[in-house]
Amino acid sequence: MSKKLYKDVNGYKIEDRFTGLSNDLKIEMLRKMYEIRHFENEAEQFIIRGMIHGTCHLYTGEEATAVGAICAIQSDDYITSTHRGHGHCIAKGADLNIMMAELLGKKTGYSKGKGGSMHIADVRSGNLGANGVVGGSIGIATGGALTCKMKKNGKIVVCFFGDGAANQGIFHSSINIASIWDLPVVYLCENNVYGMSTSVKEAFNIKRISDRKYAYGIEGLTIDGNDLIEVFNTISYFAGRCRTGKGPVLVESLTYRWSGHSKSDAQVYRTREEIKEWKERDPIKRYREILISRKIITEKDDSDLEKEVMNKIQKASEFARESPFPDPSEVEDDVYA
Amino acid sequence: MLKNNARQLTYLEALREAMQQKMRADNDVYLIGEDIAEYGGAFGVTVGMLEEFGSERIRNTPISEEAIIGIAAGSAITGMRPIAEIMFSDFITIAMDQIANQAAKICYMFGGKARVPMVIRTAGGGGTGAAAQHSQSLEAIVAHIPGLKVVMPSCPYDAKGLLISSINDDNPVIFIEHKLLYKNKKYTNSVPEEMYEIPLGKGDIKKGGSDISIVATSYMVQKSLEAAEKLSLEKGIDCEVVDIRTLKPLDIDIILNSIKKTGKLICVEEAPVFGGFMGEVVAQVSEKGFDWLDAPIKRVAGRNCPVPYSLVLEQEMIPGVERIEKGILDLLG
Ligand SMILES: Cc1ncc(C[n+]2csc(CCOP(=O)(O)OP(=O)(O)O)c2C)c(N)n1
Ligand SMILES: [Mg+2]
Repeated sequence: MSKKLYKDVNGYKIEDRFTGLSNDLKIEMLRKMYEIRHFENEAEQFIIRGMIHGTCHLYTGEEATAVGAICAIQSDDYITSTHRGHGHCIAKGADLNIMMAELLGKKTGYSKGKGGSMHIADVRSGNLGANGVVGGSIGIATGGALTCKMKKNGKIVVCFFGDGAANQGIFHSSINIASIWDLPVVYLCENNVYGMSTSVKEAFNIKRISDRKYAYGIEGLTIDGNDLIEVFNTISYFAGRCRTGKGPVLVESLTYRWSGHSKSDAQVYRTREEIKEWKERDPIKRYREILISRKIITEKDDSDLEKEVMNKIQKASEFARESPFPDPSEVEDDVYA
Repeated sequence: MLKNNARQLTYLEALREAMQQKMRADNDVYLIGEDIAEYGGAFGVTVGMLEEFGSERIRNTPISEEAIIGIAAGSAITGMRPIAEIMFSDFITIAMDQIANQAAKICYMFGGKARVPMVIRTAGGGGTGAAAQHSQSLEAIVAHIPGLKVVMPSCPYDAKGLLISSINDDNPVIFIEHKLLYKNKKYTNSVPEEMYEIPLGKGDIKKGGSDISIVATSYMVQKSLEAAEKLSLEKGIDCEVVDIRTLKPLDIDIILNSIKKTGKLICVEEAPVFGGFMGEVVAQVSEKGFDWLDAPIKRVAGRNCPVPYSLVLEQEMIPGVERIEKGILDLLG
């Protein structure tokens, strides 16, 4: 089947690979977005009830970027994530029970309670980890891509990072090396308008973060990160390009975080109107409406799906609450030096 | 200690007041760092300062620690007196070239012909559940580097006086604040309204005593005071608590004088015990004060692991009152 041209941006002839997907896959993407949304709602409840010892950065409102991008790559490809990592982790196929347990610092969590929200990794599913250091994963992603190239295993890496991270030195030095070595990385900048309280307007003097591609001699563009189909098609296209040895790309995904930056944030730096405007561009609502209008699901299917997901989240929450805390004697386990 | 003023401030308020007063008095003093302007800093230390001093002097930056420190150092050698805020002390590692190879070395490498009057304020320590990359106590790393002064205040009174001295100092000072002290009303104390200096290189006896000397830094000073009080009430043990206050320059005399009196030394710090700063204290005491000791020195410090997330593990990693008490009882036999 010849693929329809989806978009011609900056000369990129991005094909529509979404339309040809099976209905199951299309619905799976909606399910994943619901999982993220409701996982974050439950995490927020934990925060409110004082059950999270540390902090949590919620991904609510940004679901389409993680799900669209991760569904566009192979299940054995790698990703690197950020402090706002729950969405990437879920999209990559992590177990919700084990994730939730980690948030509560339980022994049954991904890091046996040692990492918490900011350090969930699921190496088995190719998730090389959330990261507490802004920009910290950009080098790791680039190294992962070097492995892919040296082992010629055909895999690629999707490196998620925020707009804030794009101003760290490691962004520059890593992307430059990836460019000169043609490493298979999709650098995916989630521009959610703020890095903590600092707006992108304040932190950049360029219109588009993706314009930095010119400095490294690589390809890239800016997309609507709240449009799952656009994310999926773009990342499919660029992942394919990476896989053929054409080097890294820089994609900027425009989105917005609905919640405060972390556990405590009075949000003095933005207005209610702005938040409201962005909530109207809810990525889940947009995608659900498309599926309904294309008769892939009915309203009822949709609400059944959401209920099913909510149940699953409740089960995960119970599992986490009922799990034991680690024993203090485990504190030096996994220490080798 | 000047304690004629009844006004109680938190640690955070004392720090802010030090900066405000210095900025009013000296136009060359400015702030640079992440989220320090309208947000008021991740911990709220700089709240209200943008309104008073404007964005020229409260310089909010992108997330670029290396540049923050480099810019601070460059402006310092050319006539400004920057106060750079690194949100979490863990991230000084990102700026380490600019700290260790540049700021720390310039005066010496240039034969004393340039000075680097800058302060790096940063929040250290754990206990907040922020896990391995946001909870470290890295003071030993910076204290090891010739050319850096290292300050760790344990209470509001010290915080203000030490920060003013640090700003007035013509050399780079790493000023490590503790997250659990910032807003804690339990640790407020009276802070004079006027500007005052506490000289760098002077420790402080936080509680006098005759049975044992507890030498501690930062938040562990508060925990040591609590342990001392408990032991005094419950067992009649009279502990002396010595607050190092400035790791570098180190006031070794105050420690030696204390052990002359008590004959026993226990060192308390939050950082992992291996290679911790207290190793230096122990070495100097054994070189200069061996004759006064009548028992082996003991260290109570963090376990040798990254700071874990889960509360149960974090409490196991970081020393608390109980561990300090136990250390003292073990030492006293
Ligand atoms: C090196 C470093 N500096 C500062 C911080 C504190 N911090 C945590 S998240 C954050 C903002 C990150 O912004 P962005 O990269 O845009 O991600 P977002 O939170 O918007 O998803 C900051 C400043 C950090 N974790 N690491
Ligand atoms: Mg952002």
